[in-house]
Amino acid sequence: MYKYIIRRLLIFIPMLFALSVIVFGLAKAAPGDPFSTMLDPTIDPEVYEDRRDELGLNDSIPVQYARWIGNAVQGDFGESIVYNSRPVMDLISARFWNTVYLGLVALFFTLIVAIPIGVYSARNPYSILDYFGTGFGFVGLAIPNFFFGLLAIYFLAIKLGWFPPQGTVSGSDVSGMKEFFDRIHHMILPGITLGLASTATYMRYMRSEVIDVLGSDYIRTAKAKGMTDRVVLYKHTLRNALIPIITLMGFEFGVLVGGAVITERIFNYPGLGTLFLDAVINRDYPIVMALTLIFGVFILVGNLLADIFYSVVDPRIRYD
Amino acid sequence: MLEVKDLKTYFYLDDDQVAKAVDDVDLTVKAGETVAIVGESGSGKSITSLSIMQLINKPGKIVDGEISLLGRNLLNLSNREMTKIRGNDMAMIFQEPMTALNPVYTIGNQITEVLRKHKKMNRKQAKRRAIDLLKLVGFPRAEDTVDEYPHQLSGGMRQRAMIAIAISCDPKLLIADEPTTALDVTIQAQILDLMSDMKEKLEMGLLLITHDLGVVAEYADRVLVMYGGQIVEQSPKRNLFKDPKHPYTEGLLESLPSVHNDLERLGTIRGMVPPAHKFPTGCRFSSRCPHAMDKCFESNPELIDLDHEHAVRCYLYTED
Ligand SMILES: Nc1ncnc2c1ncn2[C@@H]1O[C@H](COP(=O)(O)OP(=O)(O)OP(=O)(O)O)[C@@H](O)[C@H]1O
Ligand SMILES: [Mg+2]
Repeated sequence: MYKYIIRRLLIFIPMLFALSVIVFGLAKAAPGDPFSTMLDPTIDPEVYEDRRDELGLNDSIPVQYARWIGNAVQGDFGESIVYNSRPVMDLISARFWNTVYLGLVALFFTLIVAIPIGVYSARNPYSILDYFGTGFGFVGLAIPNFFFGLLAIYFLAIKLGWFPPQGTVSGSDVSGMKEFFDRIHHMILPGITLGLASTATYMRYMRSEVIDVLGSDYIRTAKAKGMTDRVVLYKHTLRNALIPIITLMGFEFGVLVGGAVITERIFNYPGLGTLFLDAVINRDYPIVMALTLIFGVFILVGNLLADIFYSVVDPRIRYD
Repeated sequence: MLEVKDLKTYFYLDDDQVAKAVDDVDLTVKAGETVAIVGESGSGKSITSLSIMQLINKPGKIVDGEISLLGRNLLNLSNREMTKIRGNDMAMIFQEPMTALNPVYTIGNQITEVLRKHKKMNRKQAKRRAIDLLKLVGFPRAEDTVDEYPHQLSGGMRQRAMIAIAISCDPKLLIADEPTTALDVTIQAQILDLMSDMKEKLEMGLLLITHDLGVVAEYADRVLVMYGGQIVEQSPKRNLFKDPKHPYTEGLLESLPSVHNDLERLGTIRGMVPPAHKFPTGCRFSSRCPHAMDKCFESNPELIDLDHEHAVRCYLYTED
């Protein structure tokens, strides 16, 4: 197993290399540069060229790439062009965990809603709650994130005042356990919004998996052994039904983090998504490139985690 | 010991049709006796055995009859009470060893859970007993096998493990539904020998379901021939082979290759078993019977005793 993980981590290197080339290439291929929106178009072309020289934008592409990647592996993604030349790494690390936590909260909501309803629907197919779950699933898939987020803010935050409408924490004076719960409180609405679409997906998955497993031979064997319905469900069915869900979860995690862009914006949540959106709008290439690379790493790590969990729950998969 | 009377198990299909998969079956199995049920695919053998275990799933239902084991009528018991009997007083082995064991738990786990439930053993006792059981059914490295997963064993070995599970609580009745159909010929004999050894040792009654008359000839004491959800002939093994009465039994015997008739002259029964929701009004075999008379198409004959142990359901043997 450890060997497998190490091997997988080694495979990351060429994948990351390819990813970085693509990211770099796309950034270079995009028209314009940071100055094209910032500077007065009537500026003296010589000053303009000087600025470009200073930033190395006039060097050959391979040289630029080598400089960028060489610094990046040391954790230096250069300086932001827009945010007063602050190091990109500082901007990212200030927001990194906010986004990861939001992803985890979204995943948590997704699972605690999707798994029980999916299991219930599977055991009582075509019951009222099953239809309700299906209906909820379609609505969840059909409603765009931003729209649901706005509804949630309007009703649950502003009208009812149950949740804060934005931000990560109420003020700088809260600390300790209080801060922890305050942060969770802030993450609930964006978490649900972010997890909404995948909740529907997981629910359908869970339902069909449980139905499949309940019809399998080994469930009949378990019943023939005299196992009670509880044991049949919790021991023999769930673990098998969760195998594909866990795989899906690994992929989803990377997607969730990337998908937080819109949700974070709506809830004014200071995470990587907001940073990314601002950077794109301002053509802040160092940030855009760093974040694209990081989102790619999330997906790779998510896949690795999925594989590891997969081998833990399914003994037929042993990587060695 | 096992007495089944007038068992009717019907499937209520979507379009208001009723599939009479088992219709008026009577059978008895005594301690230490092997009773074989033979019949073509679709004749209701599996549904009969699953009915005895009360493992019939929707849309199937036991509509009528009596199933008594050791003097208790099982059909009066609640599902909860049945879980104390399944795997304990009666156990079942299925056709597909490849899928009958839960892939995510070790062989040991799947044996010990039965012992812990029915025999109230603790973890350690159960594991020791599991190892003994595995040795008993022919695992040379039982100490290792307890910790192995089903996918690490061959089909024959898995069926041995199933037998170990089935006999773990010294059941009085063992039902084996085509236990060797999925295995290759040399393994078949080993598994059947093992089962009949275990039957002797534990003085169980064995209800052996098969469509292989060779197996019947070798292992059965009494034979029930099933057709269209009903027993059409029942007799001690010897009488059946020497002097079959029902045209269907004759057909089955003719299709058995033997030293006397070479393969080219193998008889076959024309046509197929009609589906269980479309039985003819008269005798269920009438449409395929070479001796069918007018009244065979009008009404279904009763099972009549020819002598105290040989019975047949056919108008060729009624007086008028
Ligand atoms: N789930 C079901 N829904 C509807 N009808 C069913 C169902 N299961 C069984 N039947 C009916 O019951 C009949 C008997 O099935 P059964 O499985 O007992 O046959 P069998 O004798 O065991 O055959 P095989 O040798 O193929 O195992 C079938 O012909 C089928 O019409
Ligand atoms: Mg069958």
